[in-house]
This record gives sequence, C-alpha cells and structure tokens, in this order.
Amino acid sequence: MKERLEQLRKEALEHIEGAKDLKEIQQIRITYLGKKGPITDILRGMKNLAPEERPKIGALANEVRETITEKIEKKWKELEQAAIQRKLAEESIDVTLPGRKMTVGNRHPLTRVIEEVEDLFIGLGYTVAEGPEVETDYYNFEALNIPKDHPARDMQDSFYITNDLLMRTQTSPVQARTMEKAKGKGPIKIICPGKTFRRDNDDATHSHQFMQIEGLVVDENIRMSDLYGTLEYFAKKIFGNDRQIRLRPSFFPFTEPSLEMDISCKICGGKGCHVCKGSGWIEILGAGMVHPNVLRMNGFDPEKYSGFAFGVGVERIAMLKYGIDDIRHFYTNDVRFLHQFFQKD
Amino acid sequence: MLVSYKWLQSYIDLDGITPSDLAEKLTKAGIEVDGIEMPGEGLKNLIVGHVLKSEKHPNADKLNRCLVDLGEEEPVQIICGAPNVAAGQKVIVAKPGARLPGNIKIKRSKIRGEVSNGMICSLQEIGFTTKVVPKDYADGIYVLPEESEVGTEIVPLFNMDDAILDLDLTANRADCMSMIGVAYEVGAILNRQVKLPEIKGRTSAERASDYIHLKVETPQDNPLYTAKIIKNVKIGPSPLWLQTRLMASGIRPHNNVVDVTNYILLEYGQPLHAFDYDRFGSKEVVVRRAKRDEKLTTLDDVERTLTEDHLVITNGIKPVALAGVMGGADSEVQTDTKTVLLESAYFNGTVVRKASRDHGLRSESSSRFEKGIDPNRVREAAERAAELIAELAGGEVLEGMVEADSLTIEPVKIDFELGKLNKRIGTNLFVDDVEKIIKRLQFSYQVNGESFTVTVPSRRWDIRLPEDMYEEIARLYGYDHIPKTLPMDVSFGGLTPYQKKRRIVRTCLEGLGLMQSITYSLTSEEKYSQFAMEKADPIELANPMSEAHSVLRLSLVPHLLDAVSYNLARKNKTVFLYEIGSVFYSKGKNCQPEEREHLAGAMTGLYVDHPWQGKKEPVDFYTVKGILDVLFEKLSVSRFITYEKGQLDGLHPGQTANILLDGKVIGFVGKINPDMEKWYDVKDVFVFELHLGELLMKETDELLYTSIPKFPSISRDIALIVDREISAGDLQRTIQDAGKDLLKEVKVFDVYEGENVPAGKKSIAFTLTYYDPERTLTDEEVVVEHEKILTAVKDAHGAELRK
Repeated sequence: MKERLEQLRKEALEHIEGAKDLKEIQQIRITYLGKKGPITDILRGMKNLAPEERPKIGALANEVRETITEKIEKKWKELEQAAIQRKLAEESIDVTLPGRKMTVGNRHPLTRVIEEVEDLFIGLGYTVAEGPEVETDYYNFEALNIPKDHPARDMQDSFYITNDLLMRTQTSPVQARTMEKAKGKGPIKIICPGKTFRRDNDDATHSHQFMQIEGLVVDENIRMSDLYGTLEYFAKKIFGNDRQIRLRPSFFPFTEPSLEMDISCKICGGKGCHVCKGSGWIEILGAGMVHPNVLRMNGFDPEKYSGFAFGVGVERIAMLKYGIDDIRHFYTNDVRFLHQFFQKD
Repeated sequence: MLVSYKWLQSYIDLDGITPSDLAEKLTKAGIEVDGIEMPGEGLKNLIVGHVLKSEKHPNADKLNRCLVDLGEEEPVQIICGAPNVAAGQKVIVAKPGARLPGNIKIKRSKIRGEVSNGMICSLQEIGFTTKVVPKDYADGIYVLPEESEVGTEIVPLFNMDDAILDLDLTANRADCMSMIGVAYEVGAILNRQVKLPEIKGRTSAERASDYIHLKVETPQDNPLYTAKIIKNVKIGPSPLWLQTRLMASGIRPHNNVVDVTNYILLEYGQPLHAFDYDRFGSKEVVVRRAKRDEKLTTLDDVERTLTEDHLVITNGIKPVALAGVMGGADSEVQTDTKTVLLESAYFNGTVVRKASRDHGLRSESSSRFEKGIDPNRVREAAERAAELIAELAGGEVLEGMVEADSLTIEPVKIDFELGKLNKRIGTNLFVDDVEKIIKRLQFSYQVNGESFTVTVPSRRWDIRLPEDMYEEIARLYGYDHIPKTLPMDVSFGGLTPYQKKRRIVRTCLEGLGLMQSITYSLTSEEKYSQFAMEKADPIELANPMSEAHSVLRLSLVPHLLDAVSYNLARKNKTVFLYEIGSVFYSKGKNCQPEEREHLAGAMTGLYVDHPWQGKKEPVDFYTVKGILDVLFEKLSVSRFITYEKGQLDGLHPGQTANILLDGKVIGFVGKINPDMEKWYDVKDVFVFELHLGELLMKETDELLYTSIPKFPSISRDIALIVDREISAGDLQRTIQDAGKDLLKEVKVFDVYEGENVPAGKKSIAFTLTYYDPERTLTDEEVVVEHEKILTAVKDAHGAELRK
C-alpha cells in the first residue's frame, strides 16, 4: 500500500509538471483527487488493513493528497499567469504609431496680444471700450485737439469716405466718445483695442489696416507718475521683468506733456544691434497727460480732472514679442503661420 | 534736420560732451537723434594734389594720363577716367594705401599698361551723396579752389572730421530746425550759454528804399515782408568752409549768394530768397494771391499753373516766386548778377502748405514755414545774410530795409503754481528747482511765493499753456526722475457680458478645430456684396490706395475665401478658419454706417484625418452645422435656434440653410457653389456667417443645476416612411410637440432610401426617450404616448410606420 501511494505521488507530480494548460490541470485534479480517484479509493479501503497499519497509511495518504493539491494549485497559478501573459502579448501594439490627434484651432496672434493686454488692465480695474471703425471727423480729430489745418489731417494719410467720414486713423476716438458719455464725471479707466487705418501701401513694415490699443484714465488727481508706473507695469508684464524702460519727451496734439516709451532691446540687451539700430532701445508706445483742451472739449473740467492716455500698436508688440519680421503675415492668414500661435508663450 | 557737431560748436561750448553723449542727452530731452554719421571715419591718405599735366592715355580713349604734384620730391603719374580732369587743377588724390568709404583700398596699379600711383577722386568717391555735390562736379572729379595748398589733408579740409546728428523732430519743435534753435536746446540741457552770430551792420550810403518799393496785398497771408539790396556782387563759388557746412547739412552748394541764403536758413531757421535785381522786371515787389491759371516757371524749370489758393511774389505784373516754396527761374541769381534783392519774410504756414502740396514741392523753406518760424528773427536773419553776401561776394549792403509789417507779436505769458505742477507730474519740486530749469531755457520769468509767470520767447511758439510749461520742466528735470505710482482710485475692471461671450465663441470654435483669422474691412467693388445677407449700397472710399481695398465689406466670407485660396495654393489642404469682424451697412451718404459684428467661417479639407488607421472624413455640410450646434449649446441659445432650407447667391442651392434665432434669419451655412469655387480657385468649401451681435445680445437663462435622473428612462425606436421632400426637422418638431412632457429626447439615427422603400419616399428612424422625473414609467403609459406621436406624424406628414 505504501508503495502504491509513493508510486501515485510520483506519477501525479510528473503529470502535473507536464501539464500544458488549465484544462489538463483540471483533468489531473479530477483524476487523482476526485471522488473516484485512487487516493479516495485507498482511503476508502483502509478498513481492510491491519489496525496498526491504518494510522501510518492514513497519514501517508493524506500527505500525498496534500502534496498533489499543493502542486496542482501552484501549477494552476503558473499556467493562469502564462495564459494572461500570452493574451497580453497578443494584444500588444506599436505605441510609437501616431495618436489620434484632434484638430484644435487657436487665437490669431493679434487677438492673443489684445487679450493679454486686456486682462492685464482688467486686473488694474480697467474696463474694455470699443468704437466704430468708420468715424466722424469730429471724434477722430476735432475732439482730440487736432484742428482743421493740422498736418495729421492731410487727406493723403487717411481713407476718407466723405469730407466728414473716414476710416478711423487711431483708436483715440473711443477716448472722446467715452469721455463724452461720462458727462464730465470720473473716474474713467478704459482700454480700447481695435482696427485702425492709414493710407499706406502694404509692405513688410506698413499695413493699410492695423490694430491699436488705447488706454485712458481720467479722474481727480491723476499724475504723470501714475502714467509712468502704469506703463512700467505694462511693459514688464508683456515683455518680461528683465527689460528696462525709458521715457522720452515727445509730441501728440491730444496730450501734454507727451512721451514715448522705449524698452531695452532683447536681442543685444541694450548694447546696440541691427534690430534696435544701434541705440539699444526699441520704441513701443506713445502716451501723455490728457491735453486740457481734450478734457474740456469732451465735457471734463481740466481744473478738477486730469488724466493720462497711451496708445500702442498691436502688430508692433506681436512682432517684437514673437520675432515676426513682416507685418503682412498677420493679414494673409497662412495656416502655417497661424498655427504657430497654438502653443503657450 | 542734420546737425554738424563742429558747426554747432560755433554757438555753444561742447567741451567734454562727445557727439554720442550729445545724442543721448538730446534724445532723453525729447529731440530724438536717429543716427550719428562720422563722414571722415575710415578715410585715410587723402590729400590735395596739383595736376601738372594731363594727356590721353596711349591705350585707352576714355582715360587720361596725369602727372600730379603731391608735394613730394617727384610728381607721380596717375591714370584718371574723369572727363573734366585738366592740367592746373587742384584735386583730391587718394594715394596708394588710401582708404575710401566702404573700406575700398587704393593700391599702386597698372591700368592698360600704364602705372597709376593712386586715384583722383570725385566727391562721391570720398563719401558725399550725389544730391549735395555741386552740379559742376556731379559727373567728374572735384576741383578745389586755386589757393588750396598741395599736400593738405582732405578730411579736415572738407570738415569731414565731424559728426552729423540726424534729428527726428516732432511737429511742435520746429524751433530746432535751425542751428541756433538746436543751440538753445543744447544750452538748456547742458546749462550753458548760447553765443549768437555778430552782426556789424556796416552799410553803404545808398538806401534800399531808393531801389525797391513794396506792397503786400494780403497781409493775413504775409504779415511781414522785408527786402534788402546788396550791390556790386561778384558771383562765384563759396569758400570751402561754407560749402562743406551746407553739404554736411544735406544741401548742395550753388554760388556765393544762394549758398548764403541757404546757410542762414540753416543757421536761423529763416527761409530767404535772393532775386537778381536786374532781372526782377520792375522796381516794385507786390505780394498777392495768384490769379486762376496764372503761370510761373520755378527754379527747377517746371512751369506751374497757379490758382487763387497760392500766394505769389510778383514784380507788379507777373509772378516771380511761389511764396515760401520756390523762386522763379526768370529772376534767378546767375553768374553775371550784379545786384541782389534779398527777401526775408514771414508767410502763413497754411498757405505755404497748400501751395507745396498742390505742386508736390517740399523745400527746406516750405517745411519751415509750415511748421512755424520765429517772427522775431526775420529781420536779423536778413541783416546777417546781407552782410555775409557782401563779405563773400564782395558787394555792399545798402542802408536800411524795405518792409511791410502788419505783424503784432504779443509776448506770451504763462502763469502757473508750483503746487499744481507737482500735483500733475507727481513730483516734489521746490521753487528753486523750477527756477533753475526756467533759467536754463533762457525764458524770462517772475516768481511770487510759489506762483510763476513765464514769458515765452517767440522762438518757442509751441508753449502756450501751463501744461506746456509742465512738460518743459518735467523733461529737463528728466522723465526718468519722475516717481512711478499707480492711480489711487478703487475701481473694478472686467469685460462686459457681450465681450465675455465673444471670448467664449472664440474658445469654443478653436476647440472644434477652427483657427482665428483677421482680414481687411476694406474690399473691392466686386467682392463687397458677395454673400451679403442683406443687399445694401456700397460705402466707397473717396481716396482709395487700390481697387482691392476701396469699399467697405458686407460679409466676412469673401476675404475668408481669399485666405482659403491662398492656403490651398500653398498646399495647405486642410483649412478651417473663422473670423469675428464688422460689416458695414450704409445709412445714407453722410451718416455713419451701421457696423454689425459678424462671425464667419470657412472650412475645407479633412475634419477627421487618421491616415494609418484608414479614417479620413472630409468636411461636409453636417460637420459645419454640428460645429454651430455645439456653439449654440455653449451659448445656451440652442432652443431659440432653427434651421430652414435657404438660398443665397454664391451658395449651393441644395446645401444651404438659413439659421434663425427666434424665427428671424441671423445667418447661413452652406457650400460654395461652382461659380464661386472657380472665382476663388477653391474646391469643396463650406462657409457660415452669423450676425454675432444679435446672437450674443439674446437673453439667456442663467446656468442652474438640474437633478440627475433617479428613475430609468424608456427608449423606443421608430422608422417612418415619408415623402422624400419632408424634412427631418419638420418631423422632429411634430414628434416633439406631440410627445410633450414625457418625451425627453428625439434623435435621428438612420436615414435611408432605396430597396424596400417605395420610390419617391425615404425612411427616417428616430430614437424616442421617455422619462418622468417623479417615478418609473410603465410600458402601458409609453405605448399611449407613442401612439399619439404616430398619429400626429401621420396626420401632419403622411408618415407610415416602416414594417
């Protein structure tokens, strides 16, 4: 009997070892451990053994059964793992093939600049004002202290529709309209982005249509130092904290004092190069304290109120910021150009 | 304005200030220096030579073999190609080893077998532009005055050891269009005194008034006219110092009289004109408006036809000069001129500008009159010029000046308070600080406590208001020294609801694959009305630059199609563009047009493009419509939007829908028709356009949470057989109306025509979803609803259930 059990153990373990799949293992389990299996048989035939033999053989039979059970479970797990591995291997793909990318569009670079500037000033308490592209002579010139015989009003430089209507040459008429609407009561804090027009032939540096952003603050006690602080904030936010700024006195009919702002050249860091024409500085905007005539003409008392205004070319900012060399790119809408502005800064 | 650093030193001490220091200081004070040119930089080994002999080159017709004395032991042979070279001339010689502009090196060489020890130079070859080279020497070498000493270095002789500052002046600083004006500005910046030229006032016994009479008929055009007479002049070239100063300033030398007028123009900013007294045609100067069609041949030999807008100087009979712009050819100073009639006047800038524009003639004179000259320098400049002419051309200045003066020059006084100044600028200046700055400006002033009264000199006509003085003080104090602050108010910024929604539109469309484009508002006559939702009269520019941009647009689609076409031509085959911009509806000839903000898009190419998986879906009508549906959902206006079959010139008649908001057409979506495809050279382009203004102004519900369904819904599919013409939209609406409360969703899932469907009919299948938020629906309830719907579609559209 003992030999029989040893023989069974050996035989079963060999079978288990040689099993190829889960089905085979299942069969082995039934064969050896099932109710009709040899071990059950032996245990059932114990009564025929000598009483002193019984515990020995019983213990051995149980040991053999446990060994086989253990081995079967182990093998089962092994084969199960192997089956999973095989399935995974079958399902494996070339992960380097391109993904199913969705086409996603993006803002035009000029809108991108405008929104950035808008958000910057919204943070400072400004609202966004807009106005018509076709303006009257009054709002475009007269209300901005540009009298009838002023050279800036030359027919040669503006697109006229009638003697009194023209394509606005600047976003400044929005200033006049906003002040007029405020009926002499401040504060006004606005930023005005928009399309503007000059009678130019389109080339790498000129465009008959271009965009400007105008800023206007009118309140009691607005100082030139407020303008300086505001412009520095703007320049550093848009162009980076490492850029220096410089104010130069200048002239505009609608501001007094007037100034232009330069930022230090990014390319040469201020030492002078071809981009800044050797000066180390790049001009980016015009600004000044609102001219008392402009305040008065638009219903504000210049004794009580003061203000500042600034105007900046959107194309110019975009060109400097992104290194664009031809203004026509903005209006050609070549998707290879537009798509470059998909990514973050 | 070109300013010679060396010349400027005649009026102001520039000790310790290099040209680049000066440029920087001027720029920071508001006189922008665009560039500094050093004409002598890099030039070497250029000296005066004496041509001893000049003969034809033995082997070349156009060359000359010259023997030139360079002040060395032996004269040398130089081959020269200039036609005007001749023995006896003093010339500019570049010796072997010399360097010319552009880093050209001169070497001893052989030209056609003959040795050449250097080069005889023209002025252009040593760096002068043709524009300033005296006419006699424009096409050949320059001939120096007889007395020039052989061997003298050319660079200092021609004052090329100088720095020329190019000033970019703003319109208000016409005072700096003169050397003296610049000197005042530099004086203010450096706090140094200005030295004015000395006028001795030596005159002959004869009186100018015996020679000439004067009548100004339109004093408002010409408030001050003065005339001086200089007798017995001998016309010839000006001395080199004068010629080189003119050339450095960009003006070509002519002769000793004309050169002096230009020199004084540069020095005082006062335009002058010299007439040949004997050719003037009378003894009387009459200033008046021209008569219509009156003719004048100007110095440039162009016959000008005049109008009543133009002011002319006449001899009582006919015009001899276009006032303030250019003199006439007939009375021009010539080599045989003996007596000079010198005009120094103050002409009205507007009149001068008109003449200058009408005749396309911008001169050094006209630009100064236009921008404003100093009326107090008219006489002084005339005296100084007369004296200099007499000195250089050997004449005598007659006693006195003939003048017509209706000019009143009121001194400008400006009052301002220190407190207000500090309040406006944001500074904390003291009386003392302000006084110092006013002194530097050389303005006279009074101060009483903290109140200032400043008298502005007539050269600074740009200063009229306290604010102008604030600027003067601030700029000389230094804009850099102004503190940096922010406005102290508390205000809340933000976008308007409309502006917010516009940004949402952008983000939404971009998320769906469209790129934002920006095109021109101005278009062509032909394109302005294409794709217009409403017809309207063209709004045309009176003075367009080109036909392509001459009319305001009524639709954004044409320029988007241009952009699509541009991209397709460059093999960018998938193009999805949108634009938000204005279109312009005329409200009558002299009224501002109505500007409507539109949104438009143009799409062509593959909307789905996964090539290696074999998935390629070209854009079609439903792609674009789907994009719009998402947009409407995003803007929560879906329930107000409907579509109907539409028609618009330029669009495919079978693939066009009108888009309606509350039953009113606000846009369209459709495919470009074959004519337009051809016109724009594009293919399979789908476009849409919406009146964005109306869409975004639509009042919509606020976003509120609705509870997630607690009970199961029941879905039923039905397939209906209807006539081909019945639209899915109509069927859907009937179903929805019939289903009322329990019917939550109606979705088309299949459209079919062909086998098993009778000819002229189609099958449309819907999934209907029923749901009650309060309880679980029973099958019986749904069957009742379903039957109602089937009856409704049968009644309304003759729809049969497909078996």
